[in-house]
Amino acid sequence: MTYVEKLRDPTSETSPTRRARLAPPASLDGKTVALMDIGKSRGKEFIDRLEGHFRKAGIATKRYAKPTNTKVAPLAVMQQIAAEAQLAVIALSD
Amino acid sequence: MPDSLLPRDGLVIVAKRDCPTCVLVEPVMQNLDRAGPLTVFSQDDPTFPSGVRSVIYDSELERSFHLKIEAVPTLIRFAGGQEVERAVGWHRTEWLRVAGEAAEGEGLPAWQPGCGSKSVEPGVQEALIARYGETGLQSRAIALGHWDDPIEACFERGWSDGLPVVPPTDERILRMLAGTERKPDEIVGSIPPNLSPCTVEKVAINAVMAGCKPEYMPVVLGVLEAALDPLFTLHGLLCTTHFSGPLVIINGPVAKSIGMNSGVNALGQGNRANATIGRALQLVVRNVGGGIPGAIDRATLGNPGKYTFCFAEDESDPAWEPLAQRRGIAAGRNAVTLFHGEGVHGFIDQKSRTPEELVRSLAMGLFGVGHPKLVRAGNAVLVLSPEHYRIFKDGGWSRRQIEDGLYEALKRPGKDLAWGAQNVAEGIPPKHADEMMDKFDPPPDGVLIVRAGGPAGLFSAIIGGWPGQRVREECQAVTREIRP
Repeated sequence: MTYVEKLRDPTSETSPTRRARLAPPASLDGKTVALMDIGKSRGKEFIDRLEGHFRKAGIATKRYAKPTNTKVAPLAVMQQIAAEAQLAVIALSD
Repeated sequence: MPDSLLPRDGLVIVAKRDCPTCVLVEPVMQNLDRAGPLTVFSQDDPTFPSGVRSVIYDSELERSFHLKIEAVPTLIRFAGGQEVERAVGWHRTEWLRVAGEAAEGEGLPAWQPGCGSKSVEPGVQEALIARYGETGLQSRAIALGHWDDPIEACFERGWSDGLPVVPPTDERILRMLAGTERKPDEIVGSIPPNLSPCTVEKVAINAVMAGCKPEYMPVVLGVLEAALDPLFTLHGLLCTTHFSGPLVIINGPVAKSIGMNSGVNALGQGNRANATIGRALQLVVRNVGGGIPGAIDRATLGNPGKYTFCFAEDESDPAWEPLAQRRGIAAGRNAVTLFHGEGVHGFIDQKSRTPEELVRSLAMGLFGVGHPKLVRAGNAVLVLSPEHYRIFKDGGWSRRQIEDGLYEALKRPGKDLAWGAQNVAEGIPPKHADEMMDKFDPPPDGVLIVRAGGPAGLFSAIIGGWPGQRVREECQAVTREIRP
């Protein structure tokens, strides 16, 4: 497969060439946080601790998990997170 | 060109097997090889010519590009790393001057023209400039990873209207720029909402992405200039909650020369020029101007024409006055009309047989624009199909008679339209109850009549306008001549 490696910018070039990260929300009120266990060892412990902190703060959470840490999350999982939550924490632990 | 690509001294011949003249002079090339240092750059076959020791296959045409070869065979003599003489095609006297007596070519005709170099074939030149030359392009380069799919990269960067775009590579942009006489750095205008200056080069990039051919460029530029006319009010149109978006109507010989559709399914899919010219305008607005749906574009529902909405008028009947001429453009000139179109509303009338019947019937359909009880809340385009047009033509009605007939038929007593009348809250203020109210502006602006469509079907199309048109002095359809 041969892909091109350079394109020309069609915009007015007022934004960086790299995509900007989304700004963090001003408040978590009313939002649901996805807690994503990526499947590495002790990820569950990390997620449990986070879940407790969120619960104390009165913030709703939902838990999700990847089948394996060696591959990207299945599309269905990502779509489910996008549909049910507004933020996500990806648990990376060893 | 890197020095390593050429010999410092001796003869160079650029040739291709597909050229009869190159084949004709194959014995001459063999003779020159025996007489002294000769390098042949073969464009299409590494085994041609036979009997020459130094044949270099110029498959990527890099040497041909750097040597500015326009025709083959081309014979060049180098001395001290510099070109000192050149002969193009086969001309015995010239070859003898450049290469000496070994180029006699006994038995050959005195002269035979060569063939075009592969390096100047259509589309190749721009690719070679992009690869080996100076493009002159000013837009910043966006580097992709080696395994990145460029179409997906365009999506990820927000450059798309939701459909895949053609990745804007240098060679495609250069080809697009070849479609216009205008300089790449010329400013076409400031694109709302951000009022960003837009160069011809930026238009070309977005035209590439839209899928345009280079010969569409003058039309795309004309469309953009019309859209930027302050009277068109592009900023207001793109940020409205209403349905409307820019509708592009093309008149003049260019419509045929670039293959636009004014016939069967003229308002539908399937024609590249119709589809991509309208799309190019929307991509310029999105990418250069920053007109993003959900951001500044606040349309409640929008309409599918906001992907692209462009067609040509059927000018096949010399008795018909085309839209552009009606709006002040000289006959035979290319022109674009920009209207604030909300989408296609089908109009059916299979019973009217006289102009009088049909004009009253059309008025009933046109009264539905916006709301049947609202007036002067936007104008309309009426796309008259061939079968409906024939009723007017057979009745001896010209465009202007149709316009006047519709204008009269589109008057209603204010009392029927007032708030609450007919048990419908919507309508006009009751202070107009004793007046006769015009649905649209007077001709020629109220109903823009265009001929288009396939030969069968007693259908026409009504395209409602935008309520912003209610202030005539501030917002109207715009017609502009297209520059080359």
